[in-house]
Amino acid sequence: MDFLRPVTWEQALAYKAERPEATPIQGGTDVMVEINLDKGRPAALLDLNPVAELTRWSTEGTEIRVGAGVTYTRLIAELGPLLPGLAQASRTVGSPQIRNRGTVAGNLGAASPAGDAHPPLLASGAIVEAESVRGTRMIPITEFYTGVKRNALRPDELIRAVRIPAAAGPQYFSKIGTRNAMVIAVCSFAVALHPGERRVGTGIGSAAPTPRRAPEAEEFVAAALDWEGRSPLDPGAARRFGELVAGAAAPIDDVRGRADYRLHSLAVMARRTLGWAWNDYTGRGPA
Amino acid sequence: MTAIVRRSGGNPTNAPDGGLCLALSDMGSSEATLSSAIRTETTFTVNGRRVQMELDPRESLLDVLRERLGLTGTKKGCDHGQCGACTVHLDGRRIVSCLTPAVQVNGQAVTTIEGVAAPDGTLHPLQEAFIDNDALQCGYCTPGQVMSGLACIAEGHAGDDDEIREYLSGNLCRCGAYAGILAAVRETARRTDSRVGEG
Repeated sequence: MDFLRPVTWEQALAYKAERPEATPIQGGTDVMVEINLDKGRPAALLDLNPVAELTRWSTEGTEIRVGAGVTYTRLIAELGPLLPGLAQASRTVGSPQIRNRGTVAGNLGAASPAGDAHPPLLASGAIVEAESVRGTRMIPITEFYTGVKRNALRPDELIRAVRIPAAAGPQYFSKIGTRNAMVIAVCSFAVALHPGERRVGTGIGSAAPTPRRAPEAEEFVAAALDWEGRSPLDPGAARRFGELVAGAAAPIDDVRGRADYRLHSLAVMARRTLGWAWNDYTGRGPA
Repeated sequence: MTAIVRRSGGNPTNAPDGGLCLALSDMGSSEATLSSAIRTETTFTVNGRRVQMELDPRESLLDVLRERLGLTGTKKGCDHGQCGACTVHLDGRRIVSCLTPAVQVNGQAVTTIEGVAAPDGTLHPLQEAFIDNDALQCGYCTPGQVMSGLACIAEGHAGDDDEIREYLSGNLCRCGAYAGILAAVRETARRTDSRVGEG
C-alpha cells in the first residue's frame, strides 16, 4: 500500500488525478477501522493532514466555508453560534479522542447513512466543494448522497470544503443510541428554521439507504407555523410533522435497531426538535 | 497486492545515548519481500525522544509504540476506537493511537503514559490520585484513562462531575472503577486550579 503525502492542495489534486483509486485520509477514524479489521485494503492512502489550508474555516457572505481538515473539536469550540445544528451533532460524534481527529469532510467521504454530520448539513442546505485537476464543482448536499456509503464524487475529485449557510434561525439535532457517547446513531434527526424564507429544513440520519430530507414534512410545517404572530406550536401540527418525517424514511431492521422503532423514534425526535426550535423562535420576540 | 510481512522484526534497540532507534538491519531476510511494498520514512518524537523509522502505511501508531518501540504502557483494547485504552497525546491533544496511521504523525510529538511521570520516577499528581482513589482494578484501561484524564483537565472540561463523565466517555473500564476515576480527575483538576498563576 502506497502512502501519498502531499503538502499543498495542488499536489493533492495531482496525486488524486494520477492515482484515482487512492483513499483520501484525514483523521483516519473511519479509514483505519476498515484497515485494522481487514475489511478493506486501499491501494493507496492520500494523507490530507499536511495540507494546512484545509484546516481553516472562513465566513464568505452568509456562508461558512469549513475546510476539509477542520476537526469536530474545533467545530464545536469555534462554530457553535454560526452553525448550531452541526455543532450539536459534532458533540455526539464518538469521543473527545475521535473528535480531535475526525472531520465533516471525512463523514461526507465515507457517506455512511449513519454519519452524524449529515442531518444538519441537509437541514441547512449545505454545498460540498469538490475539486479535481479539471476544476471545481459545487454539489448541493441533496445531490451528494447517492447510495449506501456512496457519494457523487468522481474518482479524481477531493472534498476541499463544505459551504454551510450561517444559521438564520434556531437549529436542533437529536440522536438515538444505546448510551450518551461513543455510539453510531440508531437514527437521528436535524431541524433548521429559516424564518426569512418562512421555510423549515430537515435531515434524517440512519433511517434510509442515504441521509435524506423530509420534503413533505417541510412544506406542511412551513405552512402550518405562525411565522408572523409567533403563536405557540399547535400540538396537532407538531404530531403531523413527526408523522410526515417518519413517512419520508425507509429504515431497515439491523443490529442497531428495528425499522418500526426507528420510525417511531424519528417521529418523536422530529416533534420534539421542532418544539425546541419554535420555542426559541417565539421566545426571541420582536425587538 | 503482494503479501507484506506486517511486523517484520525491526525491534528497537537502545542507542548508546539512551535514545530509541530502530535497527533497520534487523529486517534482514524479509527485505526482498518488502522491496515491492512502499515503506514510508517517518520521523517523530515520543516522550521527547526523536524516532526515525521506515513504516508500512498500515501500521497503527499503537502497534508501532508497542511492538517496535517497546512502549507497552499504551494498551490495545478493541483496535477500532471504541475503548480508549490506546489513548496518547499528539501535539498535546488526546487521540486514539489505534486509528492513527503511524506514518501520519510525521513531524509531530507523541506523549505516552511512559512520558507522564517525572524522569526520576515521581508520579504525576493524577497518577497519585488514581492510587489514592482506588481508581483501578485490573489496570488495563488505566494508562488510557490517565492520558484522557490529563487532557480532560488541560482542556478545561473538568468543571463538574457531569462534565468529567462526558469528557471521559471515550474510555471504557470493564471492572467498573468509574467512581474512583471520576474522583481522581475531580481531585486533580481542583488542585491544578488552585495552582493557576504559579506558572
